[in-house]
Amino acid sequence: MTAMNSVISKSGPVQQKIHGQADRPLLVVDALSKLYAPGKGFSEVSFDLYPGEVLGIVGESGSGKSTLLQALSGRLKPDAGSVLYRGTVKGDQGDQMNDLYGMPESERRRLLRTEWGVVHQHPMDGLRPRVSAGGNIGERLMAKGLSHYGSIREQALRWLSDVEIDQGRVDDMPTTFSGGMQQRLQIARNLVTHPQLIFMDEPTGGLDVSVQARLLDLLRRLVNELNLSVIIVTHDLAVARLLADRLMVMKQSRVVESGLTDQVLDDPQHPYTQLLVSSVLQN
Amino acid sequence: METMLRASEVSKRFVLHNQGGVELPVLTQASFSVNQGECLVLNGRSGSGKSTLLRALYGNYLVDSGRIEVQADGYWLDIASATPRAILQLRRNTIGWVSQFLRAIPRVSALDVVMQPLLDVGGDAKQAKRKAQQLLERLNVPSHLWALAPATFSGGEQQRVNIARGFVLDYPVLLLDEPTASLDSTNASAVVELIDQAKQRGAAVVGIFHDSQVREQVADRLYDLSTQDATVQG
Ligand SMILES: Nc1ncnc2c1ncn2[C@@H]1O[C@H](COP(=O)(O)OP(=O)(O)OP(=O)(O)O)[C@@H](O)[C@H]1O
Ligand SMILES: Nc1ncnc2c1ncn2[C@@H]1O[C@H](COP(=O)(O)OP(=O)(O)OP(=O)(O)O)[C@@H](O)[C@H]1O
Ligand SMILES: [Mg+2]
Ligand SMILES: [Mg+2]
Repeated sequence: MTAMNSVISKSGPVQQKIHGQADRPLLVVDALSKLYAPGKGFSEVSFDLYPGEVLGIVGESGSGKSTLLQALSGRLKPDAGSVLYRGTVKGDQGDQMNDLYGMPESERRRLLRTEWGVVHQHPMDGLRPRVSAGGNIGERLMAKGLSHYGSIREQALRWLSDVEIDQGRVDDMPTTFSGGMQQRLQIARNLVTHPQLIFMDEPTGGLDVSVQARLLDLLRRLVNELNLSVIIVTHDLAVARLLADRLMVMKQSRVVESGLTDQVLDDPQHPYTQLLVSSVLQN
Repeated sequence: METMLRASEVSKRFVLHNQGGVELPVLTQASFSVNQGECLVLNGRSGSGKSTLLRALYGNYLVDSGRIEVQADGYWLDIASATPRAILQLRRNTIGWVSQFLRAIPRVSALDVVMQPLLDVGGDAKQAKRKAQQLLERLNVPSHLWALAPATFSGGEQQRVNIARGFVLDYPVLLLDEPTASLDSTNASAVVELIDQAKQRGAAVVGIFHDSQVREQVADRLYDLSTQDATVQG
């Protein structure tokens, strides 16, 4: 027996989510390691990520979070271990697991331009400075093979308003935008191709608090509506609590604790996690 | 009536690593079961572990040993050993939670906060909205507040938004941590009424109630955390 009462239609999206492709992981990470020097990088990281799931990575500065994210997203070859991805690599129908570092480099780059997205902490790292806002969004559509100018512009305009940027700014350069607007533009650029998987490194890092709240609300809404899988690195436990289903806690290149987000934050087991949680003002 | 929830020999201690490794044993072999249509009230002095136990039932706290089994979709699942994914799904479909404190989400309106659990299981937006409005009305949350984010609401108003959210879906299992604390008697009886209705439709309820009057109204059995055994109420 479930909570399905008269209000609920039995064929709602979550039902499909639970019984469809969502039963199988999108990403399987096994004993992944990359060390620049002992304790510098990450070591023996394993986890599964399912469609629609948000995984948060928190931990000490220098513990290897950004390095791990680079390796997970195909931008840094690991020393050992594997990342398997279920996607539409070269003609297969998305029901096969493909070894990320077993495929040609060009294939990884294609994934990054289409099925995946990367949101950088500094928005200008993920935007083209000399291309208009509309062009920044349209570029990924063109990478996916779209060529009709009118439809690209139309989608760019829609995404601008989805991320709460005035459509009148479509022809302006991102360098003329505020930090919060640039970050929202970067998110629009990533999401326009309906990626399945988004990697984010401190997406709210450089923004002031009121701008952060707005961005977080946007991210939360998009993640729900588009059923995105997300891996997000953040030092902000409130951000982690708001967005992540699960958390991994890193210290000195190792994952020291992982679990359901609220469980890890409310009943931390590892000494480092206890320290991390207790150093934050309660909210 | 059929058993919905069963705790067997649940033990839990906290280890405070950064305070000299102090160990706090809180739960020792707690065992009980809850049937459909029944409300089990956790009793015991402050600090005896009532909230700890309730949080363990929700998968919010880990336990050191024992099983916490819940019936969902006709099979039994042990929360104490379930994956995060399985627990999230249980929370979506099977186990509802109401505590005293609302964790407000920036920029999300009270109405949306209350509707969300219905939308999460694929409910129709219009009907979800209607149900949320009915509950907010029953709990006397003034309608001019519904479109506002609860962050600025009074403690009692936030608490009632939280209660509405916890009752918007007909969860088979309901966990309530002092839902009536700091509510006036009118609102407290509105909550008692909601609990009674939930029991009538077959929900298994586990709750903590400091107010002895409320407790007597809703409890079918008490589970005492000081002695850790269950007695039949009244
Ligand atoms: N290209 C590199 N060459 C050598 N060492 C590196 C390189 N990149 C990172 N490191 C080192 O690896 C360690 C992990 O760095 P990383 O950037 O992953 O940390 P982080 O967890 O993201 O930290 P922060 O929270 O401060 O961003 C650091 O000690 C860093 O100096
Ligand atoms: N996350 C935690 N970390 C460490 N200790 C904890 C944690 N949660 C609870 N405790 C400790 O466990 C004991 C039981 O607390 P709990 O909140 O379960 O009591 P309670 O019976 O609900 O009390 P009250 O009636 O005052 O609400 C207390 O000593 C408390 O300090
Ligand atoms: Mg970093
Ligand atoms: Mg308590």
